[in-house]
Amino acid sequence: MAHFTKATSVKDWLNQRLAVETVEKVMASEYWIPKNINFLWAMGMILAVTFGLLTISGIFLLMYYQPSVDTAFYSVNYTIMREVDFGWLWRHVHGVAASVVFLVIYIHMFTGIYYGSYKKGREMIWISGMLLFVTFSAEAFSGYMLPWGQMSYWAGMVITNIFSLGSLHFDGLVEWIRGDYVPAQAFLNRFFMLHVFLLPLAIMGLIGLHFAALRIPHVNNQDGEEIDFDAEAKKYLAGDTKNSKVMRFANDFLSKDLMVVGLFLIFFFYLVFWHYGFALDPVNFDPADGLKTPAHIYPEWYFLWSYEILRPFPVDIGLVAFGFAQVIFMLLPWLDRSENTVPASRRGKFAIWFWVMLVDMIVLTAMGKLPPEGIFSTIGLVAALLFIAMWIILPFITKNEKKV
Amino acid sequence: MKENSRRGFMGKAFGAVAGLGAIGSLVAMKKSWDPLPSVKAAGFTTLDMSIYEEGVMVTEKWRGKPIFVLKKTAEMMKSEEGDEAAMARNIKVGNDNFMIAVGLCTHLGCIPAFRKDTGDFLCACHGGMFTASGLVKKVPPPRGFDIPPFKIDGNKLLLGEVGPEYQSMKDNGVTL
Repeated sequence: MAHFTKATSVKDWLNQRLAVETVEKVMASEYWIPKNINFLWAMGMILAVTFGLLTISGIFLLMYYQPSVDTAFYSVNYTIMREVDFGWLWRHVHGVAASVVFLVIYIHMFTGIYYGSYKKGREMIWISGMLLFVTFSAEAFSGYMLPWGQMSYWAGMVITNIFSLGSLHFDGLVEWIRGDYVPAQAFLNRFFMLHVFLLPLAIMGLIGLHFAALRIPHVNNQDGEEIDFDAEAKKYLAGDTKNSKVMRFANDFLSKDLMVVGLFLIFFFYLVFWHYGFALDPVNFDPADGLKTPAHIYPEWYFLWSYEILRPFPVDIGLVAFGFAQVIFMLLPWLDRSENTVPASRRGKFAIWFWVMLVDMIVLTAMGKLPPEGIFSTIGLVAALLFIAMWIILPFITKNEKKV
Repeated sequence: MKENSRRGFMGKAFGAVAGLGAIGSLVAMKKSWDPLPSVKAAGFTTLDMSIYEEGVMVTEKWRGKPIFVLKKTAEMMKSEEGDEAAMARNIKVGNDNFMIAVGLCTHLGCIPAFRKDTGDFLCACHGGMFTASGLVKKVPPPRGFDIPPFKIDGNKLLLGEVGPEYQSMKDNGVTL
């Protein structure tokens, strides 16, 4: 049995019972981060902070929001926006953060692709990250339903219709998901539950897994260099901090991390106070009406690229292409057949692949916003076909890549 | 050895109990998400077909969806003569002929508008067009308007219940 002695201090008392000193070492001061990194390595912390902002603003919104088809719209647009002191602040923080979080997720993802941070033991980091992307997408969609405006209703209608799977006509499945023939009370209530409880819970669990997946392979660095973390840590602890390739997570890395977070937050609150409009669609300021469709239904900007892969094709082919786009990123560690874990710039054809993919996704995003007419429709189709072709050729171009 | 087999048995016994419980709770969870009886009960709408005027398109509501009701004029009936696809969609109540359909474009579910002067439907979302009988006039919609399940009862039309006229339309592939 463990032996406890009379504590000499509060810290010692806690230490005997919770091993706080060991925990602090393992989690922070002796959790080693490579020195050879840049500001793109701070995106994870920015995401964690943004998730925190979403949680706090969400808690305050939750205290006045009413998940009823009769009162939801007014509880948001009247009660929260006009009656609750600073209610507007929580809503704008929540809306802007929900949009910006996807921008940072995309930067975080493409940073990982560029530096090959999904290979050689880092596969689980990539997979848990992609699962986070999927749950964040579901969280964003379910949250978009809650103000029960025109865009909420019709986006809910169109997205749940996808589950009928085109010509398979699984209409019963769609009605089961909605709990009604059209999006109505049961639908709003269950998406409210998903948004405020089940999905945030899943996200928190996945964040835990994402962090845990980092422990053994450690954070990647700018050259993809394989670092002997034990040896470098020993060097650091022996006092040779200059020649060691690693630094402490806290406070060394954290101080740089928080510097970038600070700059991000200035940009973020600039948007919240002066440019929140982009995150609040004007169409959604009309209450939901099942007998009137908005002239043009489109998703938020972060879903546009996959929407544009669905749209230019006939229904069934479009659904297959859409499904492909949803899962293909998950398989990246196996579709990239090269052994090289170095920045894309040193990987020949892969460098071209990386930049074409990035530009193609931006083009898809732009076309997804425009009405599918004339030249835009053609550009969208070409970009969608290019997206699919790029993933098919990836294993071939990486297989013959020269070892660096 | 004896100990091991006893543990093995206990493990299997627990697995059986837990598995049964898991299946039972999945059934309960699935059923809890089904449309409620009140929702299903509200899934029927009765229309009095004697009140409609010829050539005037009226939008009714059934299961939250718009239902187009158009009492056809003699002119419309004449133009349909010989057009089997259009005639097959005609719903006769008493001496009157109707076009009745779910008013959602079969492309992506927008609500097309009826144009009185040309006597057809135009969807503002992607430019799809439908004739007065609900057939596709211009793509992208993949098929004509869906016809809701209906039952004719004298002058009344009950939406949501399958009558013989609707059943034959479904069997002949007139609607999905």
